[in-house]
Amino acid sequence: MDYNLMREFADSWALLAMALFFVGCIAFALRPGSRTQADEAARIPLKDD
Amino acid sequence: MKFGTEIVLLCFFTFLALVAAGFGVDEPFRQHMWVLFFVLLGFVVVLLRNTSFAAPAPIDSSAYMDGPVRYGAIATMFWGVVGMLVGVIIALQLAYPDLNIEPWFNFGRLRPLHTSGVVFAFGGNALLCTSLYVVQRTCRARLFGGDLAWFVFWGYQLFIVMAATGYLLGITESREYAEPEWYVDLWLTVVWVAYLILFLGTILKRKEPHIYVANWFYLSFIVTIAMLHVVNNLSMPASFVGSKSYSAFSGVQDALTQWWYGHNAVGFFLTAGFLGMMYYFVPKQANRPVYSYRLSIIHFWAIIFLYIWAGPHHLHYTALPDWAQTLGMVFSIMLWMPSWGGMINGLMTLSGAWDKIRTDPIIRMMVMAIAFYGMSTFEGPMMSIKAVNSLSHYTDWTIGHVHSGALGWVGMISFGAIYYMVPKLWNRERLYSLRLVTWHFWLATLGIVVYAAVMWVSGVMQGLMWREYDEQGFLVYSFAETVAAMHPYYVMRAIGGAMYLSGALLMAWNITMTILGYQREEQPLPGSEPALQPAE
Repeated sequence: MDYNLMREFADSWALLAMALFFVGCIAFALRPGSRTQADEAARIPLKDD
Repeated sequence: MKFGTEIVLLCFFTFLALVAAGFGVDEPFRQHMWVLFFVLLGFVVVLLRNTSFAAPAPIDSSAYMDGPVRYGAIATMFWGVVGMLVGVIIALQLAYPDLNIEPWFNFGRLRPLHTSGVVFAFGGNALLCTSLYVVQRTCRARLFGGDLAWFVFWGYQLFIVMAATGYLLGITESREYAEPEWYVDLWLTVVWVAYLILFLGTILKRKEPHIYVANWFYLSFIVTIAMLHVVNNLSMPASFVGSKSYSAFSGVQDALTQWWYGHNAVGFFLTAGFLGMMYYFVPKQANRPVYSYRLSIIHFWAIIFLYIWAGPHHLHYTALPDWAQTLGMVFSIMLWMPSWGGMINGLMTLSGAWDKIRTDPIIRMMVMAIAFYGMSTFEGPMMSIKAVNSLSHYTDWTIGHVHSGALGWVGMISFGAIYYMVPKLWNRERLYSLRLVTWHFWLATLGIVVYAAVMWVSGVMQGLMWREYDEQGFLVYSFAETVAAMHPYYVMRAIGGAMYLSGALLMAWNITMTILGYQREEQPLPGSEPALQPAE
């Protein structure tokens, strides 16, 4: 496993995997119906001291 | 027996320190081991005086464990004042070189003391104590691991003392923000892994099903700092009883490793961790939920994915390959978006309660912190652009930028969090004085404005003088002439820093009096109480 092989992997599959994971995170945060859950989560610190 | 294991282990390590002091191969290492010996001996004496053979009182496992948080709040304040004081001293040393006192107190040894003092001692303790406060309250669970939190707290203080005394003795790895030598690095690794176990363990035993976003930021800070610290400090000691080690990397790889570490120390220590603070303490102080929880999640993932690549912008126009420099620049510019998303999220949390900026000095402090977060995350990407960097790099502009982030964002949000926490931690009705908070706010804000503005002028002047050619292609100014031209700005910078320090001293006084249980009799701030209605 030399530098060039690692570099090729980083440029292709690893890049694709990270980009997809990132887009997936955003899509999951914005999925339909997430608003009520998010509003509930936002109130966690305010529930008590 | 209370503290039995701790006393035995500490005695063993105290003895090891004594042995190392005897067998050390270089003078600074022997001195450093004597320091360690006396510090550990102090710990042993304190524990011996507090031990008891009675059966330990049962622990209420439903109550939060706030002892380490209280100690952490005090340590934050103490190290903050020390670190800022050293900052004012080195600012004066730059203006008046006669203040360099050889060998322990010259600029070269005091500067890492200042940077580590404010970043790791002040900022680190602020993150440590607020993270333990927040994780318990948002998970509704007591800290994991019994006395593990005490080990993390005292272990971290020992790291600070060893790092600080090492700098003064001339022991350094010369790696930016990672100057401690190999044995201190190893100790920090142990403490940090314990911190990770403590934090993760508490999250795992949570009673609240959802993990609140502040904990995501704190956890990312802990995990990433562990990774950065281990990789950046990979080195081989010249002797196991000596203070010198050699990095595993060399040349440009070493430079890139250092700035991969250095910039992510900014990104994950000074940004992600303090964003965790923002996402808990701003909603609490304003008594309103965060503006958009979904935006905070996008903020989190975008910061995580982008920050880690931005480091190469510290190495523009060096031996680093061009593509790597451009990569660092592009990712730095992309970072602008999530940073401003987070800033808007923090500020808009106040929507519908904007009057609190006028009536609540703690909210005002937090809002100023978020404003400086926005300002320095705009300035940073701009400075990472190669054309801008060719003027700004190596000049005081960089120093101004880092201080607008550190004093403005990190300092102010920590002050706000401590002001919020201290009355709650010691069960006080309110702070000793809210008017002192107002004084602190204005001293700090004006101090930063003086500091940053002066460094802009001095930095741009310095950059322009360095690149000035005459018609025959000769440099117009010698280096010494640029140094002489900066003298008035150095004096003004020291004044700005002294203003910031005096604000911190007022805070230390205010916090101390609050802890001791005093309340200053004073007029309430205008607008903070509803006006009395005349009887009808």
